Amino acid sequence: MNSNSTKKLLLGNEALAQGAIDAGISGVYAYPGTPSTEITEYIQRSKIAKELKIHSNWSVNEKTAMEAALGMSYAGKRALTVMKHVGLNVAADVFMNMAISGINGGLVVVVADDPSMHSSQNEQDSRNYGKFAMIPIFEPSNQQEAYTITKHAFNLSEQLGLPIMIRMVTRLSHSRTGIEIGQRETQNNICLPKNPHQFQLIPMHARKRYQHLVALQNVNRESSENSAFNKYIDGPNTSMGIITAGIAYNYLQENFENDSCPYPILKISQYPLPKKQVKKLFDTCKKILVLEDGAPFIEELVSDYFGENKKVIGRLTGHINRVGELNPDNIANALGFDVVINDNLPKVVSARPPELCVGCGHRDLFDAINILKKESNNQQVFGDIGCYALGVLAPYESINTLIDMGASITMAKGAADAGIHPSIAIIGDSTFTHSGMTGLLDAVIENTPITVIISDNSAIAMTGAQDSSASGRLINICKGIGVDEDHLKVITPLHKNLEENINLIRDEINYKGVSVIISQRPCVQLSKEKKDKLKEASLN
Amino acid sequence: MKTNIILAGVGGQGILSIAAVLDIAALDSNLNIKQSEVHGMSQRGGAVQSHVRISNKEIFSDLIPQGKADIIISVEPMELLRYLPFLKEDGFLVTDSNPFINITNYPELEDLYKEIKLHKNSILIDAKQIAKDLGNSKATNMVLLGAVSSLLPLSDESLQKAIATLFEKKGDKIVAKNLEAFKKGQEVAVEFIL
Repeated sequence: MNSNSTKKLLLGNEALAQGAIDAGISGVYAYPGTPSTEITEYIQRSKIAKELKIHSNWSVNEKTAMEAALGMSYAGKRALTVMKHVGLNVAADVFMNMAISGINGGLVVVVADDPSMHSSQNEQDSRNYGKFAMIPIFEPSNQQEAYTITKHAFNLSEQLGLPIMIRMVTRLSHSRTGIEIGQRETQNNICLPKNPHQFQLIPMHARKRYQHLVALQNVNRESSENSAFNKYIDGPNTSMGIITAGIAYNYLQENFENDSCPYPILKISQYPLPKKQVKKLFDTCKKILVLEDGAPFIEELVSDYFGENKKVIGRLTGHINRVGELNPDNIANALGFDVVINDNLPKVVSARPPELCVGCGHRDLFDAINILKKESNNQQVFGDIGCYALGVLAPYESINTLIDMGASITMAKGAADAGIHPSIAIIGDSTFTHSGMTGLLDAVIENTPITVIISDNSAIAMTGAQDSSASGRLINICKGIGVDEDHLKVITPLHKNLEENINLIRDEINYKGVSVIISQRPCVQLSKEKKDKLKEASLN
Repeated sequence: MKTNIILAGVGGQGILSIAAVLDIAALDSNLNIKQSEVHGMSQRGGAVQSHVRISNKEIFSDLIPQGKADIIISVEPMELLRYLPFLKEDGFLVTDSNPFINITNYPELEDLYKEIKLHKNSILIDAKQIAKDLGNSKATNMVLLGAVSSLLPLSDESLQKAIATLFEKKGDKIVAKNLEAFKKGQEVAVEFIL
């Protein structure tokens, strides 16, 4: 790009990814999920990452991703693992336990939270996980910090021997600005752990490791107190002090555009909370306003249990909405500025919810499901995470449940156990390999009467049509799990096949055991090149 | 100096090409820029927007506060009105007049136009037709960008250079068509911006 500027135009996510490349990582392990996806995609596209042979292929799910990152760390090299907030639930087992084992090569876990649930089913705050695991957490306030913090986090990880969490939020992940790029560090060589028991978490070793982790907590706190990313900024008006977490700092400063904020500010970008600075703010100011995106994490820590300490205000006290993301306007309100948040739109403006693409194969599948629904009032359809979740909305309204990755099959099983029939699961190809396979085994073992429809569009479509681990493997996987071949069917969801598809699905619903129907048609968002490749593979 | 711009449209309409031109031109002019965008579910035919902020000073918030947008550029007339609470009192509205109808309760077009014309600084143009007449309906976005270019803190030269940079990979012909569309947008807007 021809430019007068030395800065590189990057999304928050891309700045973070560049930081990881420049920290000398040898691999990134991730499963796509909004708002985290562009971190891994940036490394996949990076020429320099290719030259350096940095691993960047997608993993099957967040747990396999994080475990592979830990394996790379065990070998002494630096690894990055990336997921959206709910992805960390999937990886929680290894996440909690690698805090006990500690790491060898630097390991950074990036979790992108989605306050306001722009593209998620909840707005859980990952800082709770970081605290739960007792590891340091970074929360960049802007894109430049996302770059700098990521480089620094790998050094701190190796210094403390702990995995480090970086928490991003949607608005930082998906906002672009000019970034100053620094020097790149070389990758680590293979170097096995010095302590042979470190990664052997049998109880007698785990107890020692846990004591070590507990003993490190003071070191973690001191690291926060001395952190360049936590700043105490003096102000003349001590009637109030303000704690900002991550991106909240920007929204606060936005409200004092022409003159500086009169209140003392404690800007937090590293946890555990820097106790010394928090104490100073408490001693200096009459009242403390806590501004944080997501849950009232800091506010709960610094408020007293009974809420009688009127000194601390924020989301818990209603000064900011308890739910939803921060913005300059709701912070203006919390500061007592006379800002009316105006949600009134002209009457002519209608809501425009997302919808399935024109020509999408999921549409034809839902057409069939809805016709079958007319035949049986008892039909229940258990949905899953992906584009086809839009089948919840009009005009289809085909899906009764949507909870978490893989829950379609297992919920259909439980409902069938309870006596529901027809009990139908609809799951995407990639969601199936992510978390559906084990549930299918549960159903196969008991030959539970459920009909599992794998709506296979050969892509992880919702996040941008990334390659699916399931492509070309679904039939063999289902056979391997033990699905009866007579009840393992493939259909093509096209309007011209509607009647034929309805008949086939009806037959499988009537079968009193596990059926799997693979409804197969490539995502319309796929490039022609990818579609041709799929066609070629299926002919072979 | 700070200019706040909201770009509006429907997922898949490509408002980010306008954002990209602004980003490149601002960076090239040594100005600060922050540009937020929407990824994920809404990209599937839902309402999408991008906040673009350009300034010679440090920009803090990635989001524009309500009532602080100088310009709203929309590629669809109803989507233009969705962001009215963000518009400054003397702010400008510019939109393509062609509706994108993928909902059953889409309003009467005449009602939409009436509502848009209530605002003194509104530019309602058939950008799609203008782009089509130039032989590339995909350049609609550049017509709209041209229409507001006199309101931007960016020189014509830097905007045109940015368009050339953005479409470089697609070949000289596409670059030329987009530059033409941009210039045509400037011409058409003259009667609206006094």
